[in-house]
Amino acid sequence: MSNLTDITPLRWLMRNPIWGFVLLVFIFFSLMSDHFFDYRNFQNILVQTSTIGLIALGMTLVMINGNIDLSVGATLALAAAFAVDVQSWAMFATWGNWQILPAVCLALLVGLLMGAINGFIVWKTGVDAFIVTLGAMLGIRGLVFVYTGESSFYAMNFAYSDFSALSIGPLPVLAVIFLLCTLIVHLVLSRTVHGRNTYAVGGNREAAVNAAIRVGPHMMINFMIIGFLAALSGVLLSTQMGAATPNLGRDYELWVITAVVLGGTKLTGGKGDIIGTLGGVLAIGILRNGMNLMQVPAFYVYVILGSILIAVLFLDKRFNRTADGGLRL
Amino acid sequence: MNEKLEPALRLQGIVKTFPGVRALDGVDFEVMPGEVHALLGENGAGKSTLMKVLAGMYQPDEGQIIIGGQPVRMTTPIEAKAQGVVLIHQELSLVPEMSAAENIYLGELPLKSFGRVDWKTLFDRSNAILERLNCNFRGEVTVVNLSIANQQMVEIARALTVDARVAVFDEPTASLTDAEKVVLFEIINDLKARGVGIVYISHRMDEIFTLSDRITVLRDGSYRGTLTTAETNEDEVTRLMIGRSLDLSRDAATPTLGETVLEVRNLTCAPLFKDISFSVRAGEVVGFYGLVGAGRTEIAETLFGLRSADSGEILIDGAQVRIGSPPDAIALGISLVPENRKEQGLVLSMNCRDNMTLPQVQNLTNGPFVSSGAENAIFDKYRDKLEIKTPSWRQTVRVLSGGNQQKIVIGKWLSMQPRVLIVDEPTRGIDVGSKSEIHMLLRALAAQGYAVIVISSEMPEVLRVSDRIVAMYSGRIMREFTAELVTEDSLVQAISGIQVNEVA
Repeated sequence: MSNLTDITPLRWLMRNPIWGFVLLVFIFFSLMSDHFFDYRNFQNILVQTSTIGLIALGMTLVMINGNIDLSVGATLALAAAFAVDVQSWAMFATWGNWQILPAVCLALLVGLLMGAINGFIVWKTGVDAFIVTLGAMLGIRGLVFVYTGESSFYAMNFAYSDFSALSIGPLPVLAVIFLLCTLIVHLVLSRTVHGRNTYAVGGNREAAVNAAIRVGPHMMINFMIIGFLAALSGVLLSTQMGAATPNLGRDYELWVITAVVLGGTKLTGGKGDIIGTLGGVLAIGILRNGMNLMQVPAFYVYVILGSILIAVLFLDKRFNRTADGGLRL
Repeated sequence: MNEKLEPALRLQGIVKTFPGVRALDGVDFEVMPGEVHALLGENGAGKSTLMKVLAGMYQPDEGQIIIGGQPVRMTTPIEAKAQGVVLIHQELSLVPEMSAAENIYLGELPLKSFGRVDWKTLFDRSNAILERLNCNFRGEVTVVNLSIANQQMVEIARALTVDARVAVFDEPTASLTDAEKVVLFEIINDLKARGVGIVYISHRMDEIFTLSDRITVLRDGSYRGTLTTAETNEDEVTRLMIGRSLDLSRDAATPTLGETVLEVRNLTCAPLFKDISFSVRAGEVVGFYGLVGAGRTEIAETLFGLRSADSGEILIDGAQVRIGSPPDAIALGISLVPENRKEQGLVLSMNCRDNMTLPQVQNLTNGPFVSSGAENAIFDKYRDKLEIKTPSWRQTVRVLSGGNQQKIVIGKWLSMQPRVLIVDEPTRGIDVGSKSEIHMLLRALAAQGYAVIVISSEMPEVLRVSDRIVAMYSGRIMREFTAELVTEDSLVQAISGIQVNEVA
């Protein structure tokens, strides 16, 4: 954006209230917990955030499009299962550490494929993305159980699970991958033609068709992007655990949607950005981490997060309601 | 009559402010029983706000509402209705999946014990009202199956569930055909004869002069005066509304016409239109006039590749072409400014510049990214050319006035360098001042060598902008007129399907 000159920090915060919230919880936990304000803990937060964060990047695109993808958790599990399983296939036995490469490539390809199928069905049938991906969520999760035979896969190659412990300079490699993806998706959304069309398609699909944007293929690309990112997230999660379980990624779609909505993306499409989404995932990451450090029992965390989600959206409606919009109910 | 009649409704010194705006500034307004009082003003003049105050949706900050001699306070639309003030909305606010009867009594369904709906009473009462309105459907039908005009009738029927003292009609004819308008006017006159005070809001001068007894004009939220319809004329009313006279004369100088750019031969798309043949030359404005549903919009959509024709030929510069999709049409130099700018033309949540460059943004790249400079250049050029009033390109189009929004859409398509510009209902929902601006713009564009097709349901508009007029009825071209030879009578006959035996 070239309009940085007339934007004061305060105005910027008004427009991105989630970052004000991030700042608030950051200060709160720094004061309340002895262990929170610690360099190692920050690294932790970034690594924990990266899993949901990667998917949230794709979800931002899909939701600005006016769609939604509920199948990301299942896609993540399927990709993780492939990544861990394929490297121990007999045909790659002699490849040494190189056996990880085809495994990861195949896992990412599976993610792309799942996204492509979702997108293709939405494009060709015109069925609502909510329904299509709800079906995909059940179906893909089923495939995971069929494929794994209900048991977990363990990575035999220790180089795989060591990967997540690597650092590049001061940052853990997982955080670096997440931040890099954030930057790329941000640039795609804010600076490229594809990004511009994403807003147009979500803002007014009919006007987009009239402007000669090929809406169907466009939406399919965004589903492929989120499929890829969900698979990448699955691969990285399995390196952290050194294993892939069939229940991996359960409820992740809900966390991701929560983060994206907290970041200011509209469920109806046409509005949102990656800066907000980054704020949303960090807010959730910091809250979970901080409450964990304060030894708040896990289930209270859910209660608190749920309340915060509703409160934030309520405040947003209060302050950012347009002059004509908004019915008094 | 010596006895002074009490007004059915009187508003005194109404003030309503919103953060940063004084939407109504000491407005006085009254309507007598049995009177049609027209309320006029440009978009944003405060008509809608005044109506919402009347209907109890807004509370005035100052001033009084007096109904039948008693000052009242109304805090909800239901209260207003109980006082006998009913509002017929401009935009249909019906529940499409419910029956007409349920819609008519929405929010106040007759009940039996335990909150059960008393269906018999409901249908009996609704059918009585629908009969009074001469509707040819019954309360049992589902609203979604009704035509727009009949849905409007349901909306009106809703207002008649109480003994109305004042009925407010907000742009009731916006989606009606001429025949349906006649029915509506009969209903209004019938209500008037029963002593109901009618407030009639419309942009259409001809309607106001046929229907109303008095006219009150608002401008910028303040009261500009009340005129007796019989003693005034359009010019005076317009001057009150926009503060100046309108130049309604047609640009008489016939431009030098160029070659035939677009020719259509025997284009058919059953059952929408049949055997359509016409041509447009460079520098010419061809007007398509007809009733809603005559097939004009569908022809435009076919030319733009949104529909495919069953048979027939489309020729550009004498060569036959195939248009399968909007990108094909755009590549051939055909642009369409669609009928409904908010639904089909604009992405309301986007800014002005991005909307304007939307169809060509893929060609405005610098490396992998969109080039901001190239986009701004296009926006600046057409902002100046079309005199679009916006503080900056970053302004969201949602907040612009209708006229400026329409100019953004026109600018969007002009920037694609079209040869044929199709404009569907260019001034729908646009106020009088901007309307004439759009008309002059269309003439100017033709003078610059564009071949322009204007589709319109408003006769004055077609007469004013067109060099030739194609009259359509029920999917067929009835007649073609040149601007010199057209008369209102012959045009009305043609679009009503009356065949004229032309004397050679």
